[in-house]
Amino acid sequence: MSIKQLHHLLPGESAKIISFHTDLTLQSRLVEMGILPGVEIRLMKKGPFKGPIEIKVRGYEVALRYKDAMQINVS
Amino acid sequence: MDNKTPLIALMGNPNSGKTAIFNLLTGMNQKVSNYPGITVEQRRGNAQLTDTCAVQIMDMPGTYSLTPESLDEKIVAQQTLKWLNGIDRPAAIISVVDAGNLSRNLYLTSQVMELGIPVIIALNMMDRVKKKNQNIDSKELQKILGVHAVVPMSAREKWGINELQSELLNVITKANIEVSTHIQMEIPKEIEKIISPISEFLYDKNNHDNYITNVQALRIITRKSALELYSECKNLTGAEIKSLTLLRDNVAHEIDELGLNHRILEATLRFEMLDNALKDHTLINQSEIKNQSRSERVDKILTHKWVGPLIFITLLYGIFQSIFTWATIPMQYIDSAVGYLGNYCVQLFSPGILRDLLVEGIISGVGAILIFLPQILILMFFMTILEDTGYMARVAFMMDKLMNKIGLHGKSVLPLMSGYACAIPGIMATRTIDSWKERLITIIVLPLISCSARLPVYTLMIGAFIPNKPILGFLNLQGLTMVLMYFLGTVTAMVIAAIISRFIEEKGKSSFVMEMPPYRMPLAVSLFRQVYTRGKLFVINAGKIIMAISIVLWFLASFPKPDSDEESFSIQNSYAGKIGHAIEPVIAPLGFDWKIGVGLITSFAAREVMVSTLATLYNVEDEGDDFVGITEALKNEVNPLTGLPKYTPLVALSIMVFYVYAAQCMATFAIVKNETNSWKWPLIMIVYMTGLAYIGSLLVYQGGQMLGFT
Repeated sequence: MSIKQLHHLLPGESAKIISFHTDLTLQSRLVEMGILPGVEIRLMKKGPFKGPIEIKVRGYEVALRYKDAMQINVS
Repeated sequence: MDNKTPLIALMGNPNSGKTAIFNLLTGMNQKVSNYPGITVEQRRGNAQLTDTCAVQIMDMPGTYSLTPESLDEKIVAQQTLKWLNGIDRPAAIISVVDAGNLSRNLYLTSQVMELGIPVIIALNMMDRVKKKNQNIDSKELQKILGVHAVVPMSAREKWGINELQSELLNVITKANIEVSTHIQMEIPKEIEKIISPISEFLYDKNNHDNYITNVQALRIITRKSALELYSECKNLTGAEIKSLTLLRDNVAHEIDELGLNHRILEATLRFEMLDNALKDHTLINQSEIKNQSRSERVDKILTHKWVGPLIFITLLYGIFQSIFTWATIPMQYIDSAVGYLGNYCVQLFSPGILRDLLVEGIISGVGAILIFLPQILILMFFMTILEDTGYMARVAFMMDKLMNKIGLHGKSVLPLMSGYACAIPGIMATRTIDSWKERLITIIVLPLISCSARLPVYTLMIGAFIPNKPILGFLNLQGLTMVLMYFLGTVTAMVIAAIISRFIEEKGKSSFVMEMPPYRMPLAVSLFRQVYTRGKLFVINAGKIIMAISIVLWFLASFPKPDSDEESFSIQNSYAGKIGHAIEPVIAPLGFDWKIGVGLITSFAAREVMVSTLATLYNVEDEGDDFVGITEALKNEVNPLTGLPKYTPLVALSIMVFYVYAAQCMATFAIVKNETNSWKWPLIMIVYMTGLAYIGSLLVYQGGQMLGFT
């Protein structure tokens, strides 16, 4: 599968996280919530007008900002 | 709470139901205080396990890990580091785990297990797991992890709490419990070697076992701020920390050169361990992410692009409607109770300064604020419902983009909305915003939203001076003016937010990683407890400052007493009157005379006091909410120089604009001082709001005159 960024996924689409280039604070927040390379996620919905993006991971749901989602590579 | 009662720490992720378990264990027997110097709440409570045996439960802030990132996490990380070094160690730790979200919740649990303190896992929310026809073998889980016990339970359905209590009893009565960590991270030899300079350093200092030392080293590598904790714990000297910092930076660099990321090292190893340990036990269902949950279907409507905001606005309208209608009756009761108390004191004590101080100063001053308590409580009630059902998270989701543009957070929306009723509960509600900068900006602009205390002033001015005539066929000039005032405050708040967001430095990066909890019914018990706690906080914290300022204002309005008894006392000769006269030159360009000036000063107690002050000044008997007397008095006031009416629609407009902006409610600033922990921010707010008020009124009055309005 080709590599793309999280915000390119369509609602309902699943993917595996490959790597991320977000700022460091966000990185540690993401990993301690179990969102790290190798983990499978599913995009739930996108907020209107490039608003937050909600994903499902490890059986719970979490929202990220659009600009942060752009820094997360998935495949 | 004496020192002999064994201490039990309660830890867990946010949204794991930790607070519900704390409430079940302690009942009404709890104490809420702030951690020293910061506004994170610290709860402690006694739990009676048997007739003779009680423990003290300490509720730690909800966190995802022991890595010190946010304020809450710093507190928890600091506390646990102390425990690790043998200071104030609790007898046991209850780790609350959301059974539906096992691997993420066990991340924190596995870190806690490394402290060498017996851990009991409260496997909460089992009701939801069972509803999905799944089960978790708690015995098996206990064996895998090696914790003292795993207690399946549901705080919501109130089962499992007895088992949790008996496990607690078990752990505190047994002497010398062997604590071992069954599962350990597999630290590759290569990494162990790289981190060895740090681990050897720590080993020499603390003498913990090899594994624990390695874990500590990993945490320092992950996050530099973990080192600050050591200096705050006075565990290492300044020089030692310096050399450790150097070591740490080198090691972090070496790890990155291997193609790894030092920031996610601990998390990667730890989740690897957890995922491996749990993988043979269908405990976590990876295919879970494929299923559509009920919440997801509900969300399709509630956060829909167009329908979502519509539902939100309808809900808000309903809430504010009920605040104004439901609060009327209790407000009348409080009003008459305060009046009754005042009269009672008048009869009880002999006339004199002390009686005046008590009745006119303290009772009426505090009464003026207490009258808003029903509105505050009702608003708090609805806010808590929105929060507990999970709807608030969806509002934040919908609004974040818009709010972020002006430097605010999706979670700023509800506090700002509460500002229409009263700024105080709004400011308290900003606690849910985890970015300090966005929270601070929300607090700073919040008092610009027209609260219900401005309403009496607007009503008086509009009723007296704005003609009740139709405009554009279907609108009414009076109604339109009122809407305009609310609009003015709201728009200004947005503009100010956008401006100051450029000047305030971030204390830690703002991030919007927000868990979207599943929708659920709020629990009545925790709902009422929350409302009660917040209400109490308001009365006690704000009350102290309000009492002090009420006394000062009373003094200013009642002294100096006239020299002879024949001379009747009038507020004109009081200090307040003198200040009013003294500031008249300053406020004259706004169209205000000294009487309005006195009103502005007394408004500092609460804005609606303006109305009663003017009533006193015109010697009008204020009969309840009936403004007719004062309305006529204001209309009839004649300017002695020109012979024309003194107050005109333009003056009224100028006064209203002043009230939209001015910093007048001392209770608000008392709360801001509490929430930000310094006088800096309240002072900045007083300055900028007063400036806005003056310039706004000046523009209205002078501009209006230039355009030929009166």
